[in-house]
Amino acid sequence: MQGFFQQLLELGGPLLLGAGTTIGITLASLVVAIVLGLALALIRIMGVGPLNWIINTYVEVFRNTPVLAQIFIIYFSLPYLGINIDPFPAAVIGLGLNGGAILSEVFRAGLNAIHHGQREAALAVGMTPWMNLRHIILPQTWRITLPPLGNYAIALLKDTAVVSAIAAPEIMFWARNLVTSTFETTFVYILAALLYFCLSFPLARLVEHFERKQRAWQ
Amino acid sequence: MKDFLGVYLENWADWGPQIYAAIWVTLELTVVSFFIAVVLGMLLALGKLSPVRLSRALCTGYIEVARGVPALAILFLLYFGLVPLGIVFDAFTASAIGLGMSAAGYIAEVFRSGIEAIHKGQREAALSVGMTPIKTFRHIILPQAMRIILPPLLNMVIILLKDTSICSLISTEELMLRSKDLAMMSFLPMHLFLLAGVIYFFLAWPMSMLTRRVDLMMQRGRRQTFSVR
Amino acid sequence: MDKASSLLRVENLTKRFGDLEVLKGVDMTLDRGHKTAIIGPSGCGKSTMLRCINYVESPTSGHIYLDGELFGEKKVGDNYTHMSEKELASQRAHVGMVFQGFYLWPHLNARDNVAIGPMKVAGMGKVEAHELADLMLDKVHMSHKADEFPERLSGGQQQRVAIARALAQKPKLLLFDEPTSALDPELIGEVLNVIHELADEGRSMVLVTHEIRFARDVADRVIFLHDGIIVEEGSPEQIIDNPTHDRLRGFLNQIVEH
Repeated sequence: MQGFFQQLLELGGPLLLGAGTTIGITLASLVVAIVLGLALALIRIMGVGPLNWIINTYVEVFRNTPVLAQIFIIYFSLPYLGINIDPFPAAVIGLGLNGGAILSEVFRAGLNAIHHGQREAALAVGMTPWMNLRHIILPQTWRITLPPLGNYAIALLKDTAVVSAIAAPEIMFWARNLVTSTFETTFVYILAALLYFCLSFPLARLVEHFERKQRAWQ
Repeated sequence: MKDFLGVYLENWADWGPQIYAAIWVTLELTVVSFFIAVVLGMLLALGKLSPVRLSRALCTGYIEVARGVPALAILFLLYFGLVPLGIVFDAFTASAIGLGMSAAGYIAEVFRSGIEAIHKGQREAALSVGMTPIKTFRHIILPQAMRIILPPLLNMVIILLKDTSICSLISTEELMLRSKDLAMMSFLPMHLFLLAGVIYFFLAWPMSMLTRRVDLMMQRGRRQTFSVR
Repeated sequence: MDKASSLLRVENLTKRFGDLEVLKGVDMTLDRGHKTAIIGPSGCGKSTMLRCINYVESPTSGHIYLDGELFGEKKVGDNYTHMSEKELASQRAHVGMVFQGFYLWPHLNARDNVAIGPMKVAGMGKVEAHELADLMLDKVHMSHKADEFPERLSGGQQQRVAIARALAQKPKLLLFDEPTSALDPELIGEVLNVIHELADEGRSMVLVTHEIRFARDVADRVIFLHDGIIVEEGSPEQIIDNPTHDRLRGFLNQIVEH
């Protein structure tokens, strides 16, 4: 029994280190994705002619290709253009660009869900379109997009496992290292899966909570 | 630009057949894992809706775990983690099972919400005309649930197609692995990963367009159903 | 009617949506303190006309003058150009509009719905704006619901809050776009009463409505719009009590009197 717990500690340590990186990558990518997604959705809605076509293409490309391919292209191909990049930033850029495409659709739906009449009322009291956005539209969009945003965050958390392929020191990376050094294959991989579950479970409950609030709010 | 494209022409004799074979593996993997996911997902959905509490608990538990753990972690477990226990899968099998088991969690929820969306009264009406629960399911519930279920199901196919790329990390001979190997051998990562990206895009994008059209058709149908009443 | 003293002047207003021409050249003048009602069958363009006045819709051609000033456009030499959103916003602040669908902002309670305009548009301080809001809500008899959110208010109550919101702008002109058309019958009365009170105060109004009897009571001028043009206009007695035009007579016969 003592040996079991000792083993747990030995293996747990590096994995928790990996978890720190996992969380770091997730948060950083999430910020990039939200900022990018929101900006693109707003541009799309305001309808700036040729820009719409470019954004549409970007969204279609990133939604119809695997994240792994996107990350490989960024990590392995950039050096050939003279840009040397570390795994962590490459991961954040790749995941962030991918997320930006996904979230631009989420935000677009959220923005469109708000009845056009509210915008008209805002203009009628003398607000500029920018004021309308700031005081009327965005505060409500936030509420509507929280559940899909939360679901995206969970998917993002799981996608970080993939960046182990470019040697980012997250959970899977450490898991593989541990297996090579300790040969506790089964135990380590079960532990890794468990760790992910512990990270995603509270997020999933949070999303459920907001979904329920949404339904009541309607 | 011309030099860039020229590289493809130079190497096509070498790359072409390998890429072609790898695409087929990718497609096979997508289809097989989808099939596994649908079958397993349906069982899980029914299990979660079952009156038996144990069944509900187990299925809910499975769905929670499958949706909370990355597919890659499940793949590693299946391919490497079961070996000490005497279970050895080849890469393709482990990939198909792993992706299938992971996707089943999502598909189960799609099925469940589709089934639950059908008003309880319809089930009661069917039972009162003498249909058995199974007949009710087959002739009343499922045909209507299909309308709700089809678009997310098609979407899942696209997701699985993209996820097959992850299987390269457990040495499955699909498109991503083939591209990476060729990239390493020829020192041309940009060309090969871009090629892979383009291929994935043209495999997934038609499916996306189809899914969108089906989604619109389904919406129209739903509105018609209401007006009949 | 002295053109120079008129509050609102609409000149040859046309509006086209794609191939569909909804307004085919409409002229109108409104003096300070006067109330004009616009009536007509559905689809005749009366809502569109109202919405063009404060440029919620942009006219295809024609000009709007508020208090002698060109509205929504700038004249440079002989050319007219569209105003920027910022300039337009500051003009719109002088015109209050009440919509058929109320369009209260759901994330703000009644008081904040009324106060946010003065705060963000006129730059009023929060305390001052809240005081103004309470005053306006009192005017529409909604003080007791100042802390409530729109979803907990009835249609009639929401519309009255919407009227308070328009009043908070201290507008030169009030535009009502079928304010009671979306209300259940028993709620129409409370809103019409408020509008009547405002009319008695001497406010300038343009009122698009289906409530013919109310239009007769409140307006000093009635315009009958049909198919995008003004078919007949005159005093309420002329238009409603003694219609001469066939189409107008037919229209009035069809309307169910409340």
